[in-house]
Amino acid sequence: MIVLTIEHTKRWMEEIEKRMLEHKDQLTEFDQAIGDGDHGINMARGFHEVVAKINHVTYDSVSDVLKSAAMTLMAKVGGASGPLYGTAFLKMSMAMQGKEVNEEVFCQAMKDAVDGIHTRGKAEFGEKTLYDVWKQVADFLELEEVAEWQGLLEVCQATIEDTRELVATKGRASYLKERSKGHVDPGSMSSFYIFEALVEVIDWEE
Amino acid sequence: MKKVINNAEHVVDQMLDGLVSAHPDELKRLPDTTVIIRKDAPIKGKVGIVSGGGSGHEPAHAGFVGRGMLDAAVAGEVFTSPTPDQILEAIKAVDGGAGVLLVIKNYTGDVMNFEMAQEMAEMEGIQVASVVVNDDVAVEDSTFTIGRRGIAGTVFVHKVAGAKAEAGATLEEVKAVANQTIASVRSMGVALSSCTLPAAGKPSFTLAENEMEIGIGIHGEPGIERVALVSADEITTILLNKILAEIDEESSDVAVMVNGLGSTPEMELHIVNKKVAEVLRDKGMNVYRTWVGEYMTSLDMAGFSITILSLNEGLMELLVEDVKTVAFHV
Repeated sequence: MIVLTIEHTKRWMEEIEKRMLEHKDQLTEFDQAIGDGDHGINMARGFHEVVAKINHVTYDSVSDVLKSAAMTLMAKVGGASGPLYGTAFLKMSMAMQGKEVNEEVFCQAMKDAVDGIHTRGKAEFGEKTLYDVWKQVADFLELEEVAEWQGLLEVCQATIEDTRELVATKGRASYLKERSKGHVDPGSMSSFYIFEALVEVIDWEE
Repeated sequence: MKKVINNAEHVVDQMLDGLVSAHPDELKRLPDTTVIIRKDAPIKGKVGIVSGGGSGHEPAHAGFVGRGMLDAAVAGEVFTSPTPDQILEAIKAVDGGAGVLLVIKNYTGDVMNFEMAQEMAEMEGIQVASVVVNDDVAVEDSTFTIGRRGIAGTVFVHKVAGAKAEAGATLEEVKAVANQTIASVRSMGVALSSCTLPAAGKPSFTLAENEMEIGIGIHGEPGIERVALVSADEITTILLNKILAEIDEESSDVAVMVNGLGSTPEMELHIVNKKVAEVLRDKGMNVYRTWVGEYMTSLDMAGFSITILSLNEGLMELLVEDVKTVAFHV
């Protein structure tokens, strides 16, 4: 069954933009606590540009929409989040190239995205980065029936709570060492909104 | 905040245009980018050297574009890595068929953005290699940090790699000599006052009237400790001791760079260098060449860094090869 169409993908990006705008201050606040304080601003700007871009182009495939999104994020977000999210969407796009996106293709694309984040960020699981959330989501999709995609958000939330008490060892938050404890990683939080938006649009009910 | 700017959003754009206006015969800005290239690039058969990073470190990096040094410099927003699309444009513009070497300062964002650009260029069939400079001895290399930061020592890497490429070496050879330089160069800085980002409008941190921060980063990141200000000779000794502990004692020939961070008068930099020369002489080391001035600044920060490069014959030759850039002279 096709789970993600061009229309879904465009709506996915719009739903992400909506959430990034809505939670801009929260993300920035999280980032001020353990980073350099621009995550909300960067993510809101980045996805605003993505939506502006994809609404002006006619696409032939889901792969092309995601490629557009990836290139825009890389060019407009900056810092470490731009390359990380850019890589994730680019790897998804590559995995979907020439294919219709059924459950199997989507799960493979998620796996490739996670591998891409892993390679790009050089972070391991449990280092309090957005990789933790993406890895858990990919593992969940591999194990569970697709009809259970609502459960995906619980997995994200649980991961974020689990990592709250961790000491960051990668990224800017790692400079703070022990002081990063007790704070939510801003990248994990923005990743949550990306998956929340996905669950909103993806065709998992039929 | 008092700054000579028009609009904080346009500082990088307007600076780059001003730079090219001052050097129209040597430099060119790629249209619709923040990339400055040698006017005669690409040079057929020569390895292209591309560097760059956040703005606010002027004359780095565009000041080092020219014959015998960089072929292109990519400017990011102030203290923010340039994005892969911009770096890719630079790579494409300077590839003369022999490949391109990227010289990256070791910051998470810079490394990721340059690596992405490298992969994108390779997908387009351009041969690309990269090296990461990590000369700052202030930040320890451990599992709890991303490793040492790249600071003023990067300028020596630009010079050596640029000279090697100009001499017609292969990409592999240029990369090897760049890595040899990275392994032999160590730096450390001190701040007497903070810096103010145009967009932020207020200082990044504050130092009391009688305070200095040892081991400061070039974006105002924390150093090792905040202590009472002491004399130029004493500060110099503190920095040099830490740097020399990381330098191979076998090598007696060294190059020196005393680099101002933005608001320290040349007079004070030369006072520092007097002490550097004395300490090195007392240790039986031979100062082959010295550069004193501003090379890798941190906006309007007061303070300086010292860089020591231990030399072998090959590096000596490359270091003094002819060069024609805005900001680096031999």
